[in-house]
Amino acid sequence: MTDVNRAEDRSRNVCVVIPALNEAESVGIVVKEAKAVLPDATVLVVDDGSTDDTAELAGAAGAEVISNPFRLGVGGAVRVGLRYAQSRGHPIVVQLDADGQHDPRDIPRMMRMLDPDGPPQIVIGARFAGAGDVSVPRARRIAMSLLARYMSRMTGERLTDVTSGFRVQNRAAVSIFARTYPADYLSDTVESLVIASRAGTVISQVGVAMRPRYAGRSTQSAWRAGAYLLRVVITLALAVIRRRPTSAEHEEEPL
Amino acid sequence: MTGVHVIALVSALATLSVIIELSRRRHLHPKYAMLWLSVGLVIAVFAISPALFNRGAHALGVISPPALLTVLASLFLLIVCVYLSWEVGRLEDKTRVLAEEIALLRKDVADESAQHS
Repeated sequence: MTDVNRAEDRSRNVCVVIPALNEAESVGIVVKEAKAVLPDATVLVVDDGSTDDTAELAGAAGAEVISNPFRLGVGGAVRVGLRYAQSRGHPIVVQLDADGQHDPRDIPRMMRMLDPDGPPQIVIGARFAGAGDVSVPRARRIAMSLLARYMSRMTGERLTDVTSGFRVQNRAAVSIFARTYPADYLSDTVESLVIASRAGTVISQVGVAMRPRYAGRSTQSAWRAGAYLLRVVITLALAVIRRRPTSAEHEEEPL
Repeated sequence: MTGVHVIALVSALATLSVIIELSRRRHLHPKYAMLWLSVGLVIAVFAISPALFNRGAHALGVISPPALLTVLASLFLLIVCVYLSWEVGRLEDKTRVLAEEIALLRKDVADESAQHS
């Protein structure tokens, strides 16, 4: 109980970033749950060009809402959230899916491992780390365990679920990412960890229970899972050979 | 001058005039106009004097000059395509940053006006 209280004390320093695309059915519940766990936190829903009432419902549930002018993808939405948190001076940023698969009640346990003003640090809410239980196709499982093994070796830390969109990060980690968070599909989770790890970020994980999504379908046919495996391998290979990103804003004009 | 060369010359002139017209209407940036103008010019030179290209090919030890032409043309187009992909990617990155900036500014403006009302 004590760490929950401590987390609540710190909750005004927290910005919960929830990227959302057409999640009207679940986003309100997720926002309310997050607010219940962290009453003083800023809950920010980044609406990534939804065509339903996601933005309105998030606002009605008490979230701050930013609407992207068009779809930027999960990575783009997260980057907007990180930049917002950074500009408003929040030292701790929680990243959470809007479909309800992550339980905000796990946040205090994740925050407990985090030093807000220390060196860059990310805590991943891992869905396969003992707690919870999910059924996914084999190819996807293989892809994820491959990734997990590689990332574990790279970070020297046992990681089991590197594609999780459930993360807590401190100020230093946010400032690494605020301008350069990778925007492409899969890169947003996989490549971001590679970038973070190379920049000296301490990456660790906490087991969390994954709940069935409140809404939305998970895209997991056998074919898709196979294609996913291939994409994972290529994304990872690219992430490893690519240089550290520089922001497009600071890019020099070629002559 | 054989039929092939007439066709080559006509296409070269057509390319040049289209490029010039597009630049004149400011539909084509100078850097791309430069690229395609030089392509048009090279084609025109070889159309007028095929012997020049043949001599070059033979000097390189190529038996069939048309084959060399095909290979060079494909290679050139490949390079152009890769370059354009790079360019599109860069533009996408910039658009993305602008979109993020707009989203954040819109939020700032909304917060500001909420404060004043």
